[in-house]
Amino acid sequence: MERFAELLDRLVLTPSRNGKLRLLTDYFASVPDPDRGFGLAGLTGGLDFPAIKPAMLRTLVEERVDPVLFAYSYDYVGDLAETVSLIWPGEAGRADAPALSEVVERLSRTSRSEAPTVMARLLDGLSPSGRFAAIKLATGGLRVGVSARLAKQALASFGDVEVQEIEELWHGLSPPFTALFAWLEDKGPKPENAAKAPFRPVMLSHAVAEADLPAIEPATYAAEWKWDGIRVQATAEDGVRRLYSRTGDDISGAFPDLMEAMDFEGTLDGELLVGDPRERTGTFSDLQQRLNRKTVSRAMLANYPVFIRCYDLLASGARDTRALPYTERRELLESFVRELPPDRFDLSPTVSFRSWQELDEKRCNPPHPVIEGVMLKKKDSPYLPGRPKGPWFKWKRDPFTVDAVLMYAQRGHGKRSSFYSDYTFGVWTGPAEDPTLVPVGKAYFGFTDEELRQIDKYVRDNTVERFGPVRSVRADRSHGLVIEVAFEGLARSSRHKSGIAMRFPRISRLRWDKPTHEADRLETLEAMLPTAMAAASGK
Amino acid sequence: MIRPHDLLRSRPEGLFCPGGGFYIDPVRPVERALITHGHADHARAGHGSVLATRETLDIMRIRYGEGFAGAVQEAQLGETLNMNGVRVTFHPAGHVLGSAQISVETGGTRIVASGDYKRSRDPTCAPFEPIRCDVFITEATFALPVFTHPDAAGEVARLLRSLEQFPERTHIVGAYALGKAQRVIALLREADYDDTIYIHGALEKLCTYYEAAGVSLGPLQAATVEQSDAAPPAGAIIIAPPAAIDDRWSRRFSDPLASFASGWMRIRQRARQRGVELPLIISDHADWTELTATIRDTQAAEVWVTHGREEALVRWCEINGLAARPLHLAGYEDEAE
Ligand SMILES: [Zn+2]
Ligand SMILES: [Zn+2]
Repeated sequence: MERFAELLDRLVLTPSRNGKLRLLTDYFASVPDPDRGFGLAGLTGGLDFPAIKPAMLRTLVEERVDPVLFAYSYDYVGDLAETVSLIWPGEAGRADAPALSEVVERLSRTSRSEAPTVMARLLDGLSPSGRFAAIKLATGGLRVGVSARLAKQALASFGDVEVQEIEELWHGLSPPFTALFAWLEDKGPKPENAAKAPFRPVMLSHAVAEADLPAIEPATYAAEWKWDGIRVQATAEDGVRRLYSRTGDDISGAFPDLMEAMDFEGTLDGELLVGDPRERTGTFSDLQQRLNRKTVSRAMLANYPVFIRCYDLLASGARDTRALPYTERRELLESFVRELPPDRFDLSPTVSFRSWQELDEKRCNPPHPVIEGVMLKKKDSPYLPGRPKGPWFKWKRDPFTVDAVLMYAQRGHGKRSSFYSDYTFGVWTGPAEDPTLVPVGKAYFGFTDEELRQIDKYVRDNTVERFGPVRSVRADRSHGLVIEVAFEGLARSSRHKSGIAMRFPRISRLRWDKPTHEADRLETLEAMLPTAMAAASGK
Repeated sequence: MIRPHDLLRSRPEGLFCPGGGFYIDPVRPVERALITHGHADHARAGHGSVLATRETLDIMRIRYGEGFAGAVQEAQLGETLNMNGVRVTFHPAGHVLGSAQISVETGGTRIVASGDYKRSRDPTCAPFEPIRCDVFITEATFALPVFTHPDAAGEVARLLRSLEQFPERTHIVGAYALGKAQRVIALLREADYDDTIYIHGALEKLCTYYEAAGVSLGPLQAATVEQSDAAPPAGAIIIAPPAAIDDRWSRRFSDPLASFASGWMRIRQRARQRGVELPLIISDHADWTELTATIRDTQAAEVWVTHGREEALVRWCEINGLAARPLHLAGYEDEAE
């Protein structure tokens, strides 16, 4: 347990992604089974102990410590778990301190009535840091800036395999992951993904830069509209149905309406949207009504039904189609979608064009407001995991948009003075393996009152530092809020550290769903500088 | 037996002994000052005369120059002086080199002003000696039950482990220039770290003084020098004042990793606020366990609490049947560690 506690303590204070990766790989390399596997499960949210409630801890500690001294302490420390871990009477770090696997076992076996005794006995045996880890683990509050994606990346570096291999296996594995570690250490075979309907790593695109287009023959690419929803993967196998986000998180629970309609065998890649594809495609803010919800009301299902606009077919029945060229997959997709319920699935239409000029005009005058640009897909390319350069491009419509990360927030004025409503955002720069954020602009409109409240809360919950009315917000490779910023133009500027000034930046939407490391890089903005602008602003 | 209040009382200048005509650790210039130790909030320049241990006097000279007081007198630990009928004795406090508690006694009443102190082991100074007394004046820097300092050797082991894990990163350890810096260096040497340790310019004189006073610190070198070939290599340990760790100064080194050796590092939010990646819980002040054990050791019937979180320690004394009150003395810094 103490090794896990030390790992958590270091992870939470290590800002760089590479630093976190090294801490994780060292942990996997030096901690034996089954502890390392339970550690991995703890970090990726794979452990759940419903019998333990935070309120119980308060009762336990007040039975042991003078309430006045506890109140002074809690007031000073500010965090209940931390206060309890520090104030708990007992010697630090006993020789018989329980191992992580033992903690997990005792916590998972306990009934609600026994839980206080079990928890107290665990805390008696641990050091303050071990107690903190045990409490956070037991109450499900491990927030150490490690996404499931980062943990998978660490496993990949630990075993020197591609992260996509881990992602593909992931949903078939369970704690303590002994077979996975054996494979990664060359001591066992690669685990077969026994789970039905596994996640298949998603193919992503690069933003098109002005220099890219002249080098490409238009006839070798197909174009589709880029829809403004969220990218998903719907997969069904032998009666098991799963909806994954593009990072492999299982989001099935929030979309029972869609799951019910997934009466097929295969894997679809598409855009999740609100509405009925035969009549109406809702906006992104309609879709937001359905995101990040634990429970879905009947009214919600009726007012905001979801459907998938299908882009690609990764598996049809038992056949893996990913190695086929785009054009062949597209033909299979067309006949596949034809068999599906038309209120829940439709086909993303292609856009015909002969020249970039023609496509640019269509891009600037899309037939539907929920279109945010076009996708270019190389006709002979297979479906590749990750973000290969070349086969897929996204070409967004004007105004220009960029995905940036929120860095600072400042109190507003007038009726907004009680909210953090002025936002400074940045994009990535520096080496790809260890980039830093550089501020590129400020925005103070473009969001609804409800969104303002959400961002305000986010800012308060994630403040790193305060300077007068300004708060700096946690923003690193694994933690932070991505905002899509729309703007009218860009100019070079020596006054700004980034070398770039934005014209009329505004928040076009909040990307709660998007991991920060997928926000844009400064090079993307540089490629949009005036020469690039001239070609794009032909509307 | 005279009443404690008539023996020592607080005045705006500091703790005053009317019978002896002196102040202990006064914050404003006075005629006659007794100084517990060399930290700036206790030892100030400009007094008419100063009585302190030789090390404290030397440290004041280093910090303020030759003329820091009108006259100086050296106190020998354990030796009693008579000052206008008040018996004054200095005893080791275990806080930093030269630190002392001051016992003041007359008419059958003894009060011990402990200054700052700790009970845990420190290779750079003499250990604290509990003195029986009627009134014990205790500091309260870490006087909350959440402050329990772990074994300092274990913390230094964590620093060395991080160095193994991140050998390309320069580990910059923030440590107060007087006491903490030298203690961290001495602990590293005890842990068999033999490489050159690099130090910030603000630490140089005091480290030289500690060496001269017989505290061996091993090979030290200035962290910033003109010739670039003498610069600390990647993976070196640099000791610097706390303000320097997240400053421009630290950015010149190879991929700096900010560490901070302080009792405050027990609280995660404190580490987070300062951008510390590797908090080391090493304190020169007593933690809660040491504070309460020390109060018991002195067998004092009354406790005056100053210099920090008075209310929690006063509460503990009440629960344990001891008379206690906060002693409000101006001018001491909460953060002085
Ligand atoms: Zn001090
Ligand atoms: Zn002090």
